[in-house]
Amino acid sequence: DREIKIPRQLGRGPSSFIPVEEILQEGTERAQRQLFIEAFVSTGRVDNVTMVMGLHPEYLASFWKTQYLLLRLDGPLPYHKRHYIAIMAAARHQCSYLVGFHVAEFLKVGGNPEWLQGLHRAPQKLRNLNEINKILAHRPWLITKEHIEALLKTGENSWSLAELIQALVLLTHYHSLASFVFGCGINLEPGQEGGPAFQPPSPRSCDSSPASEDGMSSPSGKDAMQEVEVLMERMKLLQECQLEEEGVTQEEMETRFELEKTESLLVAPTVDIAEPALPPNVLCFVEEPEFGYKDFTRKGEQAPPTFRAQDYTWEDHGYSLINRLYPDMGQLLDEKFQVVYNLTYNTIAMHSGVDTTMLRRAIWNYIHCVFGIRYDDYDYGEVNQLLERSLKVYIKTVACYPEKATKRMYTHFWRHFKHSEKVHVNLLLLEARMQAALLYALRAITRYMT
Amino acid sequence: MEKMARVTTALGGNTITGRTMFCHLDAPANAISVCRDAAQVVVAGRNIFKIYSIDEDQFVEKLNLRVGRKPSLNFSCADVVWHQMDENLLATAATNGVVVTWNLGKPSRNKQDQLFTEHKRTVNKVCFHPTEVYMLLSGSQDGYMKCFDLRKKDSVSTFSGQSESVRDVQFSIRDYFTFAATFENGNVQLWDIRRPDRYERMFTAHNGPVFCCDWHLEDRGWLATGGRDKMVKVWDMNTNRAKEIYCVQTIASVARVKWRPECKHHIATCSMMVDHNIYVWDVRRPFIPSAMFEEHKDVTTGIVWRHLHDPYFLLSGSKDSTLYQHIFKDASQPIDRANPEGLCYSLFGDLAFAAKESLISSDSNRKPYIGDRRHPIFFKRKLDPTEQFEYISSSSALSVFETDLESGSMDWFVRTAKQYALAGRPLAELCDHNAKVAKELDRDQVAQTWTMLRIIYSSPGTVPSANLNHSLGKGSTSLPLMNSFNLKDIPPGIGNESRLERSKGESRSENILMDSSSTLINNDENEETEGSDVPADYLLGDVEGDEDELYMMDHENPHAEEQEYILPQEAFPLRHEIVDNPSALDHLQEKADSPHVSGNEAETVSLTPVESFSLISISHSLYENRLPTDFFNPIVRDMLLFYAEQGDVQMAVSVLIVLGDRIRKEIDEQTQEHWYTSYIDLLQRFQLWNISNEVIKLSTCRAINCLNQASTTLHINCSNCKRPMSNKGWICDRCRQCASMCAVCHHVVKGLFVWCQGCSHGGHLQHIMKWLETSSHCPAGCGHLCEYT
Repeated sequence: DREIKIPRQLGRGPSSFIPVEEILQEGTERAQRQLFIEAFVSTGRVDNVTMVMGLHPEYLASFWKTQYLLLRLDGPLPYHKRHYIAIMAAARHQCSYLVGFHVAEFLKVGGNPEWLQGLHRAPQKLRNLNEINKILAHRPWLITKEHIEALLKTGENSWSLAELIQALVLLTHYHSLASFVFGCGINLEPGQEGGPAFQPPSPRSCDSSPASEDGMSSPSGKDAMQEVEVLMERMKLLQECQLEEEGVTQEEMETRFELEKTESLLVAPTVDIAEPALPPNVLCFVEEPEFGYKDFTRKGEQAPPTFRAQDYTWEDHGYSLINRLYPDMGQLLDEKFQVVYNLTYNTIAMHSGVDTTMLRRAIWNYIHCVFGIRYDDYDYGEVNQLLERSLKVYIKTVACYPEKATKRMYTHFWRHFKHSEKVHVNLLLLEARMQAALLYALRAITRYMT
Repeated sequence: MEKMARVTTALGGNTITGRTMFCHLDAPANAISVCRDAAQVVVAGRNIFKIYSIDEDQFVEKLNLRVGRKPSLNFSCADVVWHQMDENLLATAATNGVVVTWNLGKPSRNKQDQLFTEHKRTVNKVCFHPTEVYMLLSGSQDGYMKCFDLRKKDSVSTFSGQSESVRDVQFSIRDYFTFAATFENGNVQLWDIRRPDRYERMFTAHNGPVFCCDWHLEDRGWLATGGRDKMVKVWDMNTNRAKEIYCVQTIASVARVKWRPECKHHIATCSMMVDHNIYVWDVRRPFIPSAMFEEHKDVTTGIVWRHLHDPYFLLSGSKDSTLYQHIFKDASQPIDRANPEGLCYSLFGDLAFAAKESLISSDSNRKPYIGDRRHPIFFKRKLDPTEQFEYISSSSALSVFETDLESGSMDWFVRTAKQYALAGRPLAELCDHNAKVAKELDRDQVAQTWTMLRIIYSSPGTVPSANLNHSLGKGSTSLPLMNSFNLKDIPPGIGNESRLERSKGESRSENILMDSSSTLINNDENEETEGSDVPADYLLGDVEGDEDELYMMDHENPHAEEQEYILPQEAFPLRHEIVDNPSALDHLQEKADSPHVSGNEAETVSLTPVESFSLISISHSLYENRLPTDFFNPIVRDMLLFYAEQGDVQMAVSVLIVLGDRIRKEIDEQTQEHWYTSYIDLLQRFQLWNISNEVIKLSTCRAINCLNQASTTLHINCSNCKRPMSNKGWICDRCRQCASMCAVCHHVVKGLFVWCQGCSHGGHLQHIMKWLETSSHCPAGCGHLCEYT
């Protein structure tokens, strides 16, 4: 009979990067509130990820529907296996937040506690998934139809195609969600091991470094202001340019993409912080922990051919395939990609009424570029113009090795932008990364099927 | 391949000959197009752009248009089109957004003519005007369509679809100025080429992207569209609103559609993913393709009819890097492999069934049955003179099965459903009650079954000594029952027809059961055989006898319980408890089991009657071993299956509910669920809502249980602002007013609210009830004569 009260985080708030006040504004929008209520009612909690995503209610609704279908509605895989796959995926990025969360869920749906002692205790069928889990998490372009074949070949522990599709969606979903968790510095839930009482083992927020404070309320505000102005100026320029500049040769376009790809090598985080000791409860789900993102185009190596976006698009091919094997999922993923791709408030920092299409497209395509996907109809020179170096570093880090993201990186890019805008970048990251990995995986399946 | 047809068609002096053939391309094709004279075809893809001439026996490469040391992206074609007026003119759409025209008349090696770089994104489609030489149209991912005049350097006009990407553009063949464009969001727009400011018409054709469209070659108003939603739709555009006239459901996203020349209703399609075949559909017969080409090993990306007036040659390019010419003669026709059958119920329950004559006559051991009036009918389809295909004239047989009215009546079903008791009393009593109900309806076998169930499952300890003997004898009545499973084999006719006239079959088999009970003794089963020495009528006659005794012991049962059960569902307690059903059932079982507890074995043995010697020994051994009730479970299970098989799912479900845990584990979940759903479906057809609800409530299948927990929400609007109320029932968020006031006491109603559907005034249930005792007018004073039911 009472008004539904959503329990509130006490203490630190949902994210260690974003001040609590930013996320929990009194009298939040109606739509957002409604979503929280829904989340609370159906799962008994409003987790930190939901809180942060709540900054973009339109997206959250779509995200929720997908995740709900993935974990809780009818599907080819039994519930406990779904959570176990989520654990496997999150563990690849050492994301103890997601691992902890799904360990609890796994037990709740009646999973066998023994499996939690490590991957070696899980059934062979799940262990077989480890190979593509590893590849999809770090170097999705390596996935081939042989991998798919190995999983599907008949035998005692074989997968059915429908099961495999759901597993693939789960894996990619949780890989990229791990990116989001690290990218936004999501705090552990209260009650989770190493929760509020302790310093969170992940993400490794550099709270100790004094630099973490700068940027936000810093004296360098003027510079930041200028950054925004410069960005605006460039966007305007590009927009006009595009109509005139036609002299660019194809070769140049090609080299621009290659340049962007190779340059992404340089933006890799230079400071390789000593590998932290992983909590054993996460490590036990990982085999070959040293397998990580390797730059797509390392000089001197035979690089695999670039993935041409037009040859295998989500809208035409990916959707058709998923929809055939896991019907509702295709629809929901399609909606989700569309929502995130078109999400805009027409604002940039303190300016409003700005068409941000170019900027969003640059971010999206840059992420795909990092994974080796090339759009024929995109001039990768734009990326260079629009994305400043610190942003590139951040994007690359969060997309490829999210566990290395730090608060410092978070604060260093787009210093004058709102937190919600930075979360927006993270959403783009999440979805673009997921789509990239899915496209590689689905292409492999298509090749297997033909 | 030697029997591959060789077809020659004469088309106004221009002769086309050929056979099914293919050639390897170096790379996957994205699109193909033919020259006007049907002698050459152009293939375009990311890494290929070549012209082949179509000879009689092979494709011969004539020209490679991909020239230059390092071919640029401009050669990476998403689409290609050959002008139908000028055989030197081609246009391609490049993935990087460039539209290129090619002039084959150029003397140099590089035939590239013009380059339009106006689109910002990939161009998906290019299209020449069918009659205008210099007019080219393009549709791109950036949401724009552009019209180019090839004599000028820039586009003449730009059309903005105000939406995401354009997937296809097609000039109308008949209307000089019209073109259609399809979009990724499912819309189709019609434009007038002279009016770039705004589309003439727009409608939503598909759910999800519309990948392709094609104007009908003859019928000016018809437009076919194909979408990601796996549909091909044909729209009649002659009327003000586009009307869907045909719809074909395929098995995969539709990538291309092409009307077949000279055949008004035929259309060729290929799919985007998964399915590699090319289908030719007759849109009037949307369930089965009329022809199918299965040559490709990867998805087909381009299809085109070789000549505008020739329906027999189809060219196709594919991702598997082959170019094919398909000949209609060699197409596989799925219809040949299908067995056309039709089945229909008439208004009066007659059933008509038509099938190919050959199929029916081959079924030789099938005896004609009395109600079966078989009419051999020969249908011959009139050949449509405009369509030059040979229809296979076929003959089919039509059988009509009449149901006589008697057996068609389902009275017994309704009455049984209403009168059966399923829970709330001890098992024995339920069985007896149900047996009585069945007996009254002259369903002896069913009555018998109930009685036996009681005997099997309620402990003998409670049965008075005098009855023991009978009950023992009755144990043996399961014998005829067991035999009744074989019944299906005994009279050869019945087994076959029983499905058609279930009720009839049942009564018939019952008779047989009675008659043959004596002959059935030659059953080599177990010790029970001896029991059947007892004359059958004796056994049966005594059934009613026990009832009194059994009822006597039931008097202990508290009355309240019974009442609770009898209460009709409308009179649910105001807030009816939402019980977790399994536990509720346990609860019931506990009560039902109570007699069992009271009976102990010592008593049983001491009660053994001393009537006939042989019987004693039997009964003794029987009871000493105390055949556990589990012993009968397989038999009971078989019996349930038998009933269900016979179509009396009512019996199966009722027994299932009454016996509950005793039998549930014997039958697999799926079967149970299947029975429940069929029974519930039947009940609902007879509008026995309460009973169906009760069955749902009593069922132990989770899938069934949740049936009445679905859609339990009642949406209400605020009585003030007339807008939907969201979270709380009595206060409106928008106008901040208490919405539901009791018209009698003027307080807010927070619990049960009852209101008149005429004037929508109402209030507390009690208040309204009290009010209506004295007045029939609305308590709010609106003057309405309220009715509450």
